Amino acid sequence: MEMVTIYLMGKKYEVPSNLTIMKAMEYAGYQLLRGCGCRNGFCGACTTIYRIKGETELKVCLACSTQVEDGMYIATLPYFPLVKQVYDIEKVKPTEQIMMQLYPEIYACIGCNACTKRCTQGLNVMQYIAYAQRGEFEKCAEESFDCVMCGCCSSGCPAGISHPQVAMLARRLTGKYIAPNCEHLDIRVEEIARGDFKATMEALMQKPLEELKELYNNREIEK
Amino acid sequence: MYHNPEILESLKKVEATRQERFANKDNIARMTADEKDAILKAYHPDYKEENFVNLTVGVNKGDKVPHELAAYLQAHSRIKGKKIDLTKPAYDVDVLVIGGGGAGSSAAIEAHEAGANVMIVTKLRIGDANSMMAEGGIQAADKPNDSPAIHYIDVMGGGHFANKPELVHKLVTEAPDAIQWLNHLGVEFDKTEDGTMVTTHGGGTSRKRMHACKDYSGAEIMRTLRDEVLNRGIPVVEFTSAIELIKDTEGKIAGAVLMNMETEEIMVARAKCVVIATGGAGRMHYQNFPTSNHYGATADGLVLGYRAGAKLLYADTLQYHPTGAAFPEQILGALVTEKVRSLGAQLVNKNGVAYIHPLETRDVNASGIIRECSDRDNGVDTGTGKAVWLDTPMIEMIGGEGTIMKRIPAMHRMFAKYGIDIRKEPILVYPTLHYQNGGLEISPNGMTGIPNLFVAGEAVGGIHGRNRLMGNSLLDIIVFGRNAGKESAKAAKDVKLAKLTLSHVAKYEKELKEAGVDTKLVSPKLLPNYARNRKDI
Repeated sequence: MEMVTIYLMGKKYEVPSNLTIMKAMEYAGYQLLRGCGCRNGFCGACTTIYRIKGETELKVCLACSTQVEDGMYIATLPYFPLVKQVYDIEKVKPTEQIMMQLYPEIYACIGCNACTKRCTQGLNVMQYIAYAQRGEFEKCAEESFDCVMCGCCSSGCPAGISHPQVAMLARRLTGKYIAPNCEHLDIRVEEIARGDFKATMEALMQKPLEELKELYNNREIEK
Repeated sequence: MYHNPEILESLKKVEATRQERFANKDNIARMTADEKDAILKAYHPDYKEENFVNLTVGVNKGDKVPHELAAYLQAHSRIKGKKIDLTKPAYDVDVLVIGGGGAGSSAAIEAHEAGANVMIVTKLRIGDANSMMAEGGIQAADKPNDSPAIHYIDVMGGGHFANKPELVHKLVTEAPDAIQWLNHLGVEFDKTEDGTMVTTHGGGTSRKRMHACKDYSGAEIMRTLRDEVLNRGIPVVEFTSAIELIKDTEGKIAGAVLMNMETEEIMVARAKCVVIATGGAGRMHYQNFPTSNHYGATADGLVLGYRAGAKLLYADTLQYHPTGAAFPEQILGALVTEKVRSLGAQLVNKNGVAYIHPLETRDVNASGIIRECSDRDNGVDTGTGKAVWLDTPMIEMIGGEGTIMKRIPAMHRMFAKYGIDIRKEPILVYPTLHYQNGGLEISPNGMTGIPNLFVAGEAVGGIHGRNRLMGNSLLDIIVFGRNAGKESAKAAKDVKLAKLTLSHVAKYEKELKEAGVDTKLVSPKLLPNYARNRKDI
């Protein structure tokens, strides 16, 4: 087994080179109580800062999906204090004003691009903030869609922007107000409320097992 | 990029047969009912009798469950020997929701909407849950060629007709409303320009009713629900577990004993109603399977409920998702969404043969992979075990270039991190422990046999029978989560709590002793122990 030297919160450990940072911590003996969630890059719980020995750049990553490297100095950041403004989704409107009201700091963006460089998902964070500034919420939503809200972007922002929360607002505004309404869904909800399927469903629930099996085994499958 | 010579040799065969498989893709036969029964009995882990034991204590005494679950159901309470003052609750609420995933959050939102004083307690953070990791989609019969009745038949057949009909009825008839509710909260479903939902098949569906948000369906739903919980100011107590339920002297539920995960401080939450929304059990690693599940999936709710006298249903049936990542080692067991097969990727053995229809139900496809990798010796050796191919490049042959980045960007990202481009290279998969089909039994109002104890989400048993279809779990957490929230808020209005007691815990300890259960384990498990050189905590 090939081993590498890493430093967890400053303490030196030898760990197998094929491990992720998260698994290396467990290999070193940590029982994680924080900074560990889905263990596969979807939840953003395991934000981690590291520097490679001999290099100057401080990097951020998700511990669950980053492989250890020799000479890695690792510090976990299991909680990042993002600013989340509260609002009533029924009352807000998808206009530029809402961003000015709730997240005015986005207009203080100096264009340094530190957010984009730090994104663990490889998203163009500065670009989606620019869309948010202009009230182009649909574009902001699309550009930010794969965000796991780990907060790495915000950890380096000189303007103090909580990018993931800005994007969250833009996505909800898009989903609710901007995306086209789904008519067939509305119709079906109405049909059910009206009781259109009541008799069929009740009859189906009363069917003997053998009859139900027949229906299942001979059902037509949409191509 | 693969380097191992054995993998490369098999990969060549997969590439060599791809054109021909593509041409014949609509001619792969579906299995007959008898063939399905036979393959399940021979290869599905649920049928490996030696991995199950019968419970000797509690309301399900005599029923078989996985031996790992039995050990935790029949373990000591974490409060054994501790003095707990039930007269000074740290929290006093109408509705206590245990668990901050999709079911718990939906329940909290609806309870709040109904005017209840509701609180969420979760051992990690709100949103740290299997809901966040659900990739493929959510079912609802909302298209003109579909109906709740057709959905009902699919669910019952997929569950081997063991499902509780009244729960399935609720699931399918309230599905369109659940989608509409989410959409109105701002969830961005994949739609065409005129608003039509983009829907696909899942394994075992007879209509294309899988709604999705790319392959971040669960993440998009979960982060929206979380945002809504926070907007409403619903208190969320994080990094705090529930370690025991509290009853009153009349036998009604009355709250829970809580523990701060870091300081181990014990607190009491008094509540008129409790909703168990603790999710699944993948981290129990039944039969030593890897899991696609969240870190906190340790069957806590089953243990809490069972010790309080709530009944389990189908706790012996687990879902092994056919396509867990089998390579590289760093992501062993991680979920490869069924949507990959919905979009056309075939399951192919080491000789380049598409040996099964890719959209058989999950239990059948998992059994098929196990058969290829055992008796038939058609598995590829990955270095950590055997696997079959999931031929992802076929997706773009069917759907056109760009389909993968548009429809399954998360899958592309997961493998790209390890140098595998799924647009050009197929991936190696093997079944992974994915879902707890069984759980605590409820009535259609969401309540267990214990007055005012509700359950929602994966901790419920009976909705999906003995096998759940893709897309019905995201659906069930919303339908039954909302239901538990509304019903518990309603029930709480008339509750007058008597004196609080933990006598059921002492009684259970006594039963353990009488049954001769000799164990040092304490439960619920709360978190798996992956720390090297450490005993189980």
